[in-house]
Amino acid sequence: MPYLVHSAEDRASMLATIGVKSMDDLLVDIPESLRLKALNLPDGLSEFETMAHVSSLAAQNRLYPDRLTFRGGGVYRRFIPAAVAAVTSKPEFYTAYTPYQPEASQGTLQAIYEFQTLIAELTALDVSNASLYDGATAVAEAAMMAHIHTERNEVLVAGYLHPEYMDVLRVFSEGRGIKVRKGSEPNAKTAAVIFQQPDFLGLLVDVRGLTEAAHRAGALAIACVDPISLAIVAPPGEYGADIAVGEGQQLGLQPSYGGPHVGFIACRRELVRRLPGRLVGSAEDALGRRGFVLALAAREQHIRREKATSNICTNHSLCALAASVYITYMGPDGLHQIADVSFRRAHALAERLGRLPGWERAFPEREFVSEFPMRVPNAPAMLRKLARKGILGGLNVQRWFRELKGVVTFTCTEVNDPSAIDELMGVLES
Amino acid sequence: MTEPLSFESSRPDAPGPRLPAAAVSAPGPLDLLPKEARRATPPGLPRLSEPEIMRHYSRLASMNYSISEQFYPLGSCTMKYNPVANEAAAAMPGFAGLHPYQPEKTAQGALELMWRLEQALCAVVGVERVTLQPAAGAHGEWTALRMIQAYQHSRGEHRDEVLVPDSAHGTNPASAALSGFKVVEVKSGSDGRLHLADLASKLSPKTAALMLTNPNTLGLFEREILDIANLVHEIGAMLYYDGANLNAFMGICRPGDMGFDAVHMNLHKTFTTPHGGGGPGAGPVGVKAELVPFLPAPTVERSNGHFSLDFKRPQSIGRVRSFYGNFGMLVRAYTYIVAMGGDGLTQASKDAVLSANYLRTLVAEDLHMAHDGPCMHEFVASAEQLSHDGVRALDIAKALLDRDFYAPTIYFPLVVPEAIMVEPTETENKATLDAFAKAIKEIVAEARANPQAIHEEPRKLPVGRLDDVAAARRINTYLLGRSDDPVLRWKPPGRAPVEAPV
Repeated sequence: MPYLVHSAEDRASMLATIGVKSMDDLLVDIPESLRLKALNLPDGLSEFETMAHVSSLAAQNRLYPDRLTFRGGGVYRRFIPAAVAAVTSKPEFYTAYTPYQPEASQGTLQAIYEFQTLIAELTALDVSNASLYDGATAVAEAAMMAHIHTERNEVLVAGYLHPEYMDVLRVFSEGRGIKVRKGSEPNAKTAAVIFQQPDFLGLLVDVRGLTEAAHRAGALAIACVDPISLAIVAPPGEYGADIAVGEGQQLGLQPSYGGPHVGFIACRRELVRRLPGRLVGSAEDALGRRGFVLALAAREQHIRREKATSNICTNHSLCALAASVYITYMGPDGLHQIADVSFRRAHALAERLGRLPGWERAFPEREFVSEFPMRVPNAPAMLRKLARKGILGGLNVQRWFRELKGVVTFTCTEVNDPSAIDELMGVLES
Repeated sequence: MTEPLSFESSRPDAPGPRLPAAAVSAPGPLDLLPKEARRATPPGLPRLSEPEIMRHYSRLASMNYSISEQFYPLGSCTMKYNPVANEAAAAMPGFAGLHPYQPEKTAQGALELMWRLEQALCAVVGVERVTLQPAAGAHGEWTALRMIQAYQHSRGEHRDEVLVPDSAHGTNPASAALSGFKVVEVKSGSDGRLHLADLASKLSPKTAALMLTNPNTLGLFEREILDIANLVHEIGAMLYYDGANLNAFMGICRPGDMGFDAVHMNLHKTFTTPHGGGGPGAGPVGVKAELVPFLPAPTVERSNGHFSLDFKRPQSIGRVRSFYGNFGMLVRAYTYIVAMGGDGLTQASKDAVLSANYLRTLVAEDLHMAHDGPCMHEFVASAEQLSHDGVRALDIAKALLDRDFYAPTIYFPLVVPEAIMVEPTETENKATLDAFAKAIKEIVAEARANPQAIHEEPRKLPVGRLDDVAAARRINTYLLGRSDDPVLRWKPPGRAPVEAPV
């Protein structure tokens, strides 16, 4: 059987050493009535047959080429340097556990420490944690922080937050008895004002106004941000937001039907003790050598149990490693270049789409970065027509927002080359 | 060996990557965005060339212990071999390249895989349905409690207490608190199992659920599980299964048959998805029929050979994460299950129990066992008898590192003083188990002969024991505003602290 190591002789000799006659003698504590006759699953397959079966499932999925994918909505196609997979597929990284023994886990710990610094730099905030599951749970965890910090029981969501982040925020908040309200006017009950920049439609929001309003009401400002956009758009720390969260999929991770990706969270110094999850800090050994350790563990579930800031234990370390490699590969100039190319391509596409008969920009008065909403004549038919030509067109957002009738968001990144844009336009014009 | 941080190796003139030009005539951010919307100061990211980056990460990798190179007997963590075929499966473009908002008819293979995985997990743990959404074990625990809560609310019941054994993982009480429950602790008896009388005294009409790990964190089967289930159900509460230790059970017995109403599984433990140095994992939750209406939406449904996502679930607790869970981890776990089959999974659990008992027998020559055997897939020893020499569980752990073994889980469960929790798993051969037992024997002998020396271990690793107390003090100084060194991140020497504008 695959992956098992004992021979029949090994098993017999181990039983003899233990001093029992059979395997059943080791299972005596399990009541007879509970013993399973047989597991109701087919017998195992050879690796060849297993992979043939799994490949046949993969083959039933339609793969749209990166360059012909204009759909985003929280998951984006981007160029992923080969360096990323080369690092994350090192077994020393992917088969290690959470670094409980720091002396034997310096690789993971230092990589996390670098990730924390990279995210703090990108968001222009003081401290980042070691990662969270995804953007949605990051928003929810930030809301919990605000609730604990302000001792207030309501969070306000301003504008178009990703609808799935909104759903997760609601489910998390209900558990803690926190009310989630939509709107942009905080009051004395408001723990935090939460906004997404750019918002779910790709549009820039008045983050400075919202942050000031939050602070006037004694609430925290939580910014959910697109990490690539931060190369060109003001980061949360520059406009005084207290907590920045976001989804890091664009930083070197495949779409993978929605996961695993990586959430991030960073905050101001005053809030560090409220952070959920792992934090890595630097320390020294007896010889004065620098190393890295899990820090501020007194916030966490294994020490604080029911009084912990969060229940998170496993986070998304390997995805955070991918993000670190990606950001380090790009460097400040590369990241700026990626953001700039995406910005220009998206604006070129928006301009051409706007010239199609019956098409117009939704919210034309608002600026965008690399995703934007168009109001189009028969969105479902248009998207089907594109799909027939192998193009994954924009995202019909009416599914979530009834008031956005006929609104489709399109996204462009560095992978959508000018000829891909021409192809898209060619189909739409025909 | 130490490795500078990428930030410290950064060179202002290092050549950056070559990237595509926009190649369209369109305005840029400077043309369109007002100043207040633009970034004022570029982020302080490192500048390194690709060769330097690759060497940096290779050197970091070499500073890690991992299952690929070392025995990793971390109790309750089930560190078994991560099949490389799983990695190849998850990397298939048909899975890795799939956008979550593709039309369902273009993602039939992904949906079928999820549906089949759900069926397989139902068979292993004995439940009606499984949600694949939770991203980790703790996330699964909390999801299950939310379902239990929603079910009880739907019946007009408002139960606000969750019972947790004193031997439980810390995530149990934390997940309960996060769901708004009051946590009530139940004691373990002298035999290491749940104390039935104490349980009975704590159950009340306020009890929503009992969270139980079986085998428990001492590696012991809860022999009175059927009585426990009766007591819990009689009072109208539910029984929740923490699947951390499921690796003992596959094909042997099922939590569902024991009376558990909700069951979480860690795909990154039992089903071989790699732990990644701390995730990503996946923590699916299985439920009995009465909880099915409350499963997170969407679920995957099959009808006439067509697979679809069902979002219309009026009683659902809602969504617990974006999209459909850690799909890439689901592909890995499914690949493992197909390769192993019912026969292979059963043998895996049997071997896990056999290996644990074998290693327990060997280690018992040198360390006191917390409880009588047989154990299931793991055992808990205690280093308490060495404490008069000033030797602690921590010292044994560090000495093992110097002998090229990762350390067992220590100081957990909390109910055993100086606990050393060992879980060998089914993928370590007899020679490795023998070598580990021999190492323990040598360490205990050396500790008795020269207790001072063991405090200096490990000596052979990139760093020795790190002073986390001093680090905590420095962090505290920073948090109090008395220092500009956050300790939790790198800062260029002499640079002004990053402060939010007032």
